[in-house]
Formats: sequence, C-alpha cells, structure tokens
Amino acid sequence: MEQDSAKLTPELRAFIEEWKPKPGNLIMVLHRVQQTYGYMPREVVLELADLLDTPLAKIYGVITFYNFFKLKKPGRNLIQVCLGTACYLKGGDDIMLALEKELGVGVNTVTPDGEFSTEAVRCLGCCGLAPVIVINGEVFGKVTSKTLPGILDKFRTK
Amino acid sequence: MSEKLTRESLDALRAKLTAANKADAEGGKQYLLVCGGTACDSNGGQALYAQLKQAAEYAKANVSIVRTGCMGFCERGPIVKVLPSDTFYVDVKPEDAAAIVNEHIVGGKPVARLLYDKSQAEAGHEGQDIDFYAKQQRIVLRHCGVIDPEKIEDYIAHDGYLGLEKALFEMTPEGIIQEVLDSGLRGRGGAGFPTGKKWQFSAAVQADQKYIVCNADEGDPGAYMDRSTLEGDPHAILEAMMIAGRATGATKGFIYIRAEYPLAIKRLQIAIAQAREAGLLGCGNILGSDFTFDIELRFGAGAFVCGEETALLASIEGKRGQPTPRPPFPAVKGLWGKPTVINNVETLANIAVIITKGAKWFSSIGTATSKGTKVFALTGKVKNSGLIEVPMGITLREIIFDIGGGIPNGRKFKAAQTGGPSGGMIPPEFLDMPIDYESLAKIGSIVGSGGLIVMDDTDCIVDVAKFYLEFTVDESCGKCMPCRIGGRALLNTLTRISEGKGELADIQKMRDICSAMNRASLCGLGQTASNPVSAMLRYFEDEVLAHIRDRRCPAGKCKKLVQYRINPDKCVGCTMCSRVCPAGAISGKVKEKHSIDQTKCVKCGQCYNTCKLKAIEIA
Repeated sequence: MEQDSAKLTPELRAFIEEWKPKPGNLIMVLHRVQQTYGYMPREVVLELADLLDTPLAKIYGVITFYNFFKLKKPGRNLIQVCLGTACYLKGGDDIMLALEKELGVGVNTVTPDGEFSTEAVRCLGCCGLAPVIVINGEVFGKVTSKTLPGILDKFRTK
Repeated sequence: MSEKLTRESLDALRAKLTAANKADAEGGKQYLLVCGGTACDSNGGQALYAQLKQAAEYAKANVSIVRTGCMGFCERGPIVKVLPSDTFYVDVKPEDAAAIVNEHIVGGKPVARLLYDKSQAEAGHEGQDIDFYAKQQRIVLRHCGVIDPEKIEDYIAHDGYLGLEKALFEMTPEGIIQEVLDSGLRGRGGAGFPTGKKWQFSAAVQADQKYIVCNADEGDPGAYMDRSTLEGDPHAILEAMMIAGRATGATKGFIYIRAEYPLAIKRLQIAIAQAREAGLLGCGNILGSDFTFDIELRFGAGAFVCGEETALLASIEGKRGQPTPRPPFPAVKGLWGKPTVINNVETLANIAVIITKGAKWFSSIGTATSKGTKVFALTGKVKNSGLIEVPMGITLREIIFDIGGGIPNGRKFKAAQTGGPSGGMIPPEFLDMPIDYESLAKIGSIVGSGGLIVMDDTDCIVDVAKFYLEFTVDESCGKCMPCRIGGRALLNTLTRISEGKGELADIQKMRDICSAMNRASLCGLGQTASNPVSAMLRYFEDEVLAHIRDRRCPAGKCKKLVQYRINPDKCVGCTMCSRVCPAGAISGKVKEKHSIDQTKCVKCGQCYNTCKLKAIEIA
C-alpha cells in the first residue's frame, strides 16, 4: 500500500529538528508534512510522535480538529469548490452537483482512476469571481456547469 | 540594503527615494500599475504583467511597470492604472499589453476600448471619477494598488516606517497609547473594543515577556479585507506591530495567518526578510534606539473558531483551537501565560498613519462613537463587487447603489448581511441608516470583520440562514453545550422548514434557542451564531410563515417546496421530460400536452433542465 511506503524525507527531518526546540511547533510541523505528502500518512505521524516526543493521541487530536489537515490521500488533481457565501449565492452548490455528475464520485472521494478528488472549501477570497473553483492551486472564476467539463479536460492525463 | 539602518540613514534613504521619484516624474516617466491581488492574479493578471514588461522593453518606453496589491474593483479585473494620467483600464487581457504600451505609453492616446467609461476616452482623467471610487476614502488601503508590496523601498518612499521613527524617538510608550486612545480607533475584527484600552491593559502588567499577535485568521466566508491588506501592504502591519510592541513593552510578535492565503504568506515572508536585513526587525537597537523586536509567522489550519482570541492563542501554542473562559483576558494572561495584545490586521493597518498624522486627524473621520473608515468586501448580488473602504457613518444605500452600482439583472434588493455568520440580515427599511458599531448592533447585526453580502429577491432567507448555521455547526469546537447542541437544533429546524415540514411552534422554539445560545455560550462564535436566525425571525417572519403555513418558498429556492408545472401553451408533446423523469410522474402521449402528477413528483428538476421550450415552469 502506498500509505506504508511514505517515509520521512531528509528535508522534513531537518525541518523538524529546526522547529523542535520552539514552543508550539506541532501545527507548523504538520503543515510541512501535508505540504510534502499531500496528506497525513499514518507512518509519518507515528514517526513524528517519536521525534517530537508528543503523544500520538495529541497529534491526532490536533489533526482532526483542523479542517485543513487531511487523513486521506487526495487524487492526482485536487479540485476545491468554494462554498463561501458569495459563491453559494451565485450557484456554488450547483457546481458541486455538476462536478459530482461529471466525475461520478461525491465530495471527499477520489475517482477510481485516481485522477480527481473534490473538496468543499470556505471562501478563497475571490468573491468578485464567484462561483470559483480551484484545481491544483489554479483559480477558475465565474464557472458554470457548461464550462466545467472543458476545465476538467485540461487536467486529464492524455 | 546591506547595512543596519539608523534613524538618520532611514531619513536619508527616504529623501533620496522621494527625490528620485520626483526626478522620474519630471523626466516624463509614466507608471503602469497592474493589480496583483489574488482575484486579478488568477484571472490572467500574471501573464498580463509579463506581457506588459516585454512590450515596454521592446518599445524602449520610459515607463515603470509595478505589480501592486488589490485595487478593489475585482468585478472588472484585471485592472491596469496609468499614472500620471490616471487612466483606469478594466477587463484587461494579456493580449492587450502591446496596445497599452504602444498606443498609450508611447503614442500618448488612451486605448478607448479598455476604459471603464468609454465615453470619457477624450477626457483622460478618470481614475478618481468613476463611481466605484467616488465615495471611498482609503486609509487602511492607502498603499494597496499604489506601491509594489515586495519592495521595502517603495514602502519607505511612501512614508513607511515614519510612524515607527516617531514612536521610538519622539514619544513615550504612554504617549503612544494616549494617541491611540484619543484617535478613537476600535478593533476591526468584529467586537469593536477600543484598541488603546487593550494596549493600556497589557502595558500595566509587569512581566518578563510580552507578546503582540496579529490576527490574520480571516475565516468569515465572503470576506477578504485582511488578505488584500496583507498582500498589498505587508510592511504596514510589521510597522504597526513594532509600534504596539514599543507601547506595551513587548519584544516579540506573531502573525497568525490562514494557510489558505499563500500569496499573503509569501509577501509577508518577503517583507519580514527585508525588514530584518535592514535592521528594522530581529535585532536590538532598532534604528539606533534601545528597542528590540522580532516577528514570526504561524499558520492557521482552517478553523473559524480560531478567530476568537483565546482559541487563536491555543492554536499558536500548537493545540486544538478551543476557547477558554475570560477573564483572565489575553492582555493580562495570554500566550504561554504572558500578557498578549491581539489586534486584527485592519486595526493594525490604521496605527502607523494615526501616529504620523495624529489622533485629531483620525478622529475627525467617522461618527461620534465609531472613528475612521471600514473596509468591506462587497459581494453577492451587486453589479460592482470588490473591496471598498468607506468612512464610518456612510449608509448602506450609498454602498450598495452608488459604489456597488445596484442589483444586477433588474432584480430587487432584498437584504444585506454584515458580519458574516455572526451578523444578521438587514432589510430594505434600514438602507438609509448610517453604519457604525452602535447602529448595526441596534438592528441585530454587527459591523463584523467586513463581509457585506447583498441578496436579491431570488435568494431565500430561510436558505441563507440555513447556510450560515451549516457553517457554524461545522465550525463549532464542541466545547460548550449551548453552541454545540443549540446550533444543531436550529439547523435541524431550518432544514425541516425548508422541506415543508415546519410547524408554527417552531418559530417560538427557535427564538428560545437563539436567546439561550446568545446568553450561555462560552465564546463569540456561539454567542453570535444565532444572529442570522434572530434577524430572519425579526424581519422576514412572513417568508418563514410562507414556508410553514403555505408550504411555499416565495424565492423559489427551497427545492422541496417548489412545484413544477407544464405550461400547456408551450408544450408540444416531445416526450423529453417524461423520458428523463426518474419517478414516472409525467404523463402524456407524443404530440399531446403533458402534465405532472404532483403526488409522484420528487422535485429533482430534471424535466425543468431538459425542456428546450421552457414549457416547464416553477410555481
């Protein structure tokens, strides 16, 4: 399983050493873990508990408290649908439904081919462009269910 | 900058930069300001900037191309502004770069097709004349859209770090606090607590270590004031935190920023590195004084409750962001038990200019109890959505109709929501009320952090209240009972009402829950989470009653209450609708009028979307 093969990279290890003496380091270290792997691999979290000398329960307590941290590996392309107020009023929930129809899987699930996963986010701060979706960090504004398939095609592996 | 600045060398640098800018202007140099805020950036702004650079280089034009922070007019982005002619270009595409450089910069004639108001093509002078900016007053956003946020020299040339100089060499810590008290500045994060008082509390405590924390955890969905300020003018926040440190005796600062704001984080990191290199941060004897200060970033991780002071501190300490009872207030006992002043980004953005221009100037703006300006993220059903800064005391009508340009598609204004999930909907009868902390509280909303969402008659109030409750239920930390259970109970009731299963008794029940949550919750999130529901019951009871009594959604938004009907005048009997209907509710033969059996209809809307002749209507 891919999850088991995730090991601490040397960069990550150096980052942890650098932050270890600083109080309140846990969340910053977790951010770095997610940046490296795209989610929180269990193997890595186990090792983290050792390195930071912090109980595993405390680490998972923090991971599960915050929406930003993910326990499941996302798809190769991560689609974030903004459901902030402005996007919601301008049909963000319809975009969510259209995506579900287009991909065949619901929110927080990876498509069977591992290409896409969708998540709902609260306000990306591009309210002037509502409704907005973000794919791998690239922002698409004023999206409609008609323009959606074209946008997705840009990210599909040929 | 390789050597550590002193007061004298900073003054000399500022004078040199100002003189250079003046010489450039006299030499006929023009400036192309390209908006580099997230919205414009993601809408082709990055490519546009590159193309403009290339075109200018090719044409060997005497022009400086500056990537600035947010100019506010996000609806029509990417925005390009030309100085000194003050020409304002909207909806600019990367392929327009050559035209702007060749026709305008070199040829001296504005590109008419890109102007905001094309009829003014000849006038040339229109930057400040366009309605969107006419009623705005930019203090917090004074540098946004003006300077390059990634250059400390640009900031210094625009009076940057002048406030810090004054605070370090011409004022006592008590004097600084008095100035902020006199200015009447109140916290812009939502609660509106006087900023000077907060500083005073912290200054009065004896401690070996004190902290200044900047709250940049902007979690209100539909608000992006703080992000734009940080992206457009990061040094202003650093300077303000240093001044706050001088006033209270703190030597260390943290900026707690949302991890969802990568551009703001990047610009802050650049600004901190530049300030450290210049000897303005991270060392003793700043500018040759006896003052020591340093600032570090800490990332939030997507928890709305962390906007609450005590929860925010818990998060910086690396814990779950759960609030604790106050007192003790953080100003007395905060981060790691030490006195900590927590100020919002927008609050801090006012500080340096209050110190340089004085409390008297600042307090001349605004109303009797609310001084200065407020930045709003104007979004929703409004023609010109974007980031605006207006003096306190302006009316909603001026914001929505004069600045915002009114409601698009000829629809009717229904309500405006300030304060996001912690505020209430404001009905049309209060459009002419001056906005300040007290007046909004009186009508059941709050100024809040600055989200201002406009709704039209196609938006259902029950649906909007449900949307906000879904948010607060999701974001409730679960520590205290009124918020955890009350929020869920409200959401369940609203869901039933939106499905046509509401009862008249629900109205009183919701009122009771709202009052209990408001009085008994531990922190601001729970205390205000019921505000959207209270406002709904106060101003839109008729609409709620229509859902309960008539099983009808007047806005046509609540799917379960919608009735689909076939207009016999338009139906040609193509059978498309009956074929897609998953419930077999549509009957009718080929080339005959069809009809929907309401008892079988599951209201999925498939027929409505399929019919090409628009024969299916929502009743």
